[in-house]
Amino acid sequence: MRPSRTIDLSTGLFVLLGFAAILFLVTQITNREFSLRSESYRLQAQFENVGGLKAGAPVSMAGVTIGRVESIGYDMNLFKAVVTLRIDSSYDQIPNDSDASILTAGLLGGQYVGISPGGSDEPFRDGDRVEFVQDAIVLENLISKYLFSQAGSRDSTAEAPATTE
Amino acid sequence: MRGLPGELIASLGGFLERLGAMTRFSGQVLWQSPAALLRPRLVVEQVYKSGALSLVIIMTCGLFVGMVLGLQGHDLLQRFGSEEALGTGAALSLLKELGPVVTALLFAGRAGTALASELGLMRATDQLSAMEVMAVDPMRRVVVPRFLGGVISMPLLTAVFIAVALFGVQLVGVQILGVDQGQFWSQMRGAVELGDVNEGLIKGVVFGVACSLIAVFEGYNAQPTAEGVGRATTRTVVISAVVTLVLDYILTALML
Repeated sequence: MRPSRTIDLSTGLFVLLGFAAILFLVTQITNREFSLRSESYRLQAQFENVGGLKAGAPVSMAGVTIGRVESIGYDMNLFKAVVTLRIDSSYDQIPNDSDASILTAGLLGGQYVGISPGGSDEPFRDGDRVEFVQDAIVLENLISKYLFSQAGSRDSTAEAPATTE
Repeated sequence: MRGLPGELIASLGGFLERLGAMTRFSGQVLWQSPAALLRPRLVVEQVYKSGALSLVIIMTCGLFVGMVLGLQGHDLLQRFGSEEALGTGAALSLLKELGPVVTALLFAGRAGTALASELGLMRATDQLSAMEVMAVDPMRRVVVPRFLGGVISMPLLTAVFIAVALFGVQLVGVQILGVDQGQFWSQMRGAVELGDVNEGLIKGVVFGVACSLIAVFEGYNAQPTAEGVGRATTRTVVISAVVTLVLDYILTALML
């Protein structure tokens, strides 16, 4: 069995192709961002209810992704969810009275944190807390609110006699 | 009818015996694998035989699997008015199931049979015994490099299969059926996690180990006759297919 150059060549080509395919799968079809050099700073926000928000969800301003949700924890003293946001350092002029709300992308899309700018001259700094927040909208709460208000208004307008079965 | 229970017990005994032999054989192969890596020349040659030579069939089948997935997925999603989810659906189903499983089945058919018949013929023509006479361990010289070549090739083939299949999906979905290109890719990127890619590659490695082991075991322990070699080849494909699908269920249940 004499070592043959063509075998080596085609094996090398095959291995190269395989790793290129893996690289393509990892970088091109996942939402992973290889940000080795990009700097970032952290903000915290406390929510009563984060709904289906997950770590890794985008943080966006006016639809532009400016960061990611780093972690979601629960504060036992405040009884609130504490969400840590990691914002790219190139967006360092966000007014520190901006508000964060948990929104849903489309009808079936995932949830993300939307930031709408306030009017303060001071920008957020690393470790700041977002004061103004809006919780995730829980669909069941909305529906039950609607149903109860319907039932309440009907009761008050016409004292329905409970005779019909 | 008196013979039936006896036959059943005999065939169960035969099955257990074979399973035990297979386990012992696997242990030997795995035990000798690190030492075989010290002689990469032999392994490279086997990577060429079971990997590089399988590339054409893997890519052709991947392209057509992807194109069918594009057609079927588009037809299905159209009924719900969400053709843009084609990329997400195709990518996830390819990464998690279709890619590793179809690659393993093709691998068993293309490379597994080649390994089994080659080893079986070596057994039938007493080449393995001749090596033993020359104080060359056929396990280390012949079996283990073939096993390692398969194990290295399978995950790479899986990745190539998935990438080509995605190209096929894109070809039919975007170029022919007119799904929006931007939405196709962006929805896919939004939904696919790194863990999904890992799941596919882990499955590829596990199926590679299983299919290669079965192929070298069946070939190495083939009856040294023309019929025995043929039977070993058939058994390789059948057992590989069954084991792949069973393992697929177990792995999916573990990783979901």
